[in-house]
Amino acid sequence: MPGYSTLTIWIIILALGIGTFFLRYSFLGIVGRRGLPEWALRYLRYTSVAVLPGLVAPLVLWPSGTGGEPDPARLAAAGAAVLVGVLTRNTLYAILGGLAVLYLGLYLIG
Amino acid sequence: MTQAQPDQRPAPGRIRAAYWRGFRQGLPFLLVIVPFGLLFGVAGTEAGLNLAEVMGFSILVIAGASQFTAVQLMVDQAPTVMVILTALAVNLRMAMYSASLAPHLGRASTWHKSLVAYFMVDQVYAMSIQDYETRPEQSLAEKLAYYAGVCSPVCPQWYVSTLVGALVGQAIPPEFALDFAVPITFLAMIGPALRTLPHVIAACVSVVVALVFAFLPAGTGLLIAAAAAMIAGGQAELWLEHARARRERGEH
Repeated sequence: MPGYSTLTIWIIILALGIGTFFLRYSFLGIVGRRGLPEWALRYLRYTSVAVLPGLVAPLVLWPSGTGGEPDPARLAAAGAAVLVGVLTRNTLYAILGGLAVLYLGLYLIG
Repeated sequence: MTQAQPDQRPAPGRIRAAYWRGFRQGLPFLLVIVPFGLLFGVAGTEAGLNLAEVMGFSILVIAGASQFTAVQLMVDQAPTVMVILTALAVNLRMAMYSASLAPHLGRASTWHKSLVAYFMVDQVYAMSIQDYETRPEQSLAEKLAYYAGVCSPVCPQWYVSTLVGALVGQAIPPEFALDFAVPITFLAMIGPALRTLPHVIAACVSVVVALVFAFLPAGTGLLIAAAAAMIAGGQAELWLEHARARRERGEH
C-alpha cells in the first residue's frame, strides 16, 4: 500500500482489532452478575432502533455507488425494504423486497 | 465465573432448538454478507493491500463499515492515528450493543462473553436482541446457543467472501449496485423492530439527528443521534405508561 510501511499497516489492523474488541466487550464485561437498573434498561430497549436508522439514513440519501448523488431507484428500494419489513415482520422478505425494487428501478430508470 | 443455575438448565433439546432457530434466522444475511465481503476484498486489493493484510482486517476487526472507513482513509493518505481513531469511532455503536446485550448475556463466563464480543456484528446483534425480547423465558444457555446459531452462517462467510474478493481482485460490474446491499440489510432489520410507538419515535429521531449532524467526522453524528433516539424512545415509553395509568384511574 503506497504511503504506509508493512509495519504501519499491521499496527493499524491490530489497533483497530483490539479497540473494536474492547468496545464490544465493554458493558458485557462490566455488568457481570449484578445486572443493570430498570431506568437503564428502559433506554437500552431502543438501542437497535436508535442506531440502525441513523446509520443507514445518510447511506440512503447520499449513496456511495452514485458518488453521493440521491438516486430514485435506491430511494424506492429503501422505502420497499422498510415497508415490507413493517408489513411482514420478516427480515428476509424485507431484503428480497428491497433488492427486487432496486433492480427493477435500475432496469427501468438506469 | 458464574454459569446458569444447574437446576434451571434446560434439556439439551431446547438449547439445540435455540441454536437452529438462530441459524435459520441468520441464513438470509448471507445475501448481503457475501457481496459486502466480496466488495471489501476487491476494495482492499485495489487500494494496494496484500492478501494477508486484507484478511487481517476481516479476521481481526470483523466489522465491515469500519474496515471500509480505514481503507478509504489510507487511500486518502490520512495519518495513522486518524485512520485508527476514525475507524474506531464508526464502531462506537457496538458499545451500545454491548450494553443492550449485557442484561441477557452478562452472566456468561468470561470465555463465552469474549466470543460474543468478537462476533458482535450488526446483524447478529439485531437478531439476538429481538429474539431475547420476544422469548424472555429463555435460559442463558439458550440465549448463547441462539447467538451462536446466528453467527454460524454469517461470520465464516465474511472471511470466505473477503478472500474470494481479494483473489478475484477485479471490480464487480457496477450495474449490480452492490454498494446498496448493505443499506438494504440495515433497513430490512428496522421494519420488524418497529414494534411500538416509542420504537417508531426513536427511529424517526435517529434519522433526523443523524442527517442534521452528518457533517461531523465519521461516526460522531451517529453517536449523538443514537443517544438522542434512545432517550426519546425511553421517555415516550414513560409518558405512554403514565397516560395509560391516568386513564385507568379516571375510569374507576
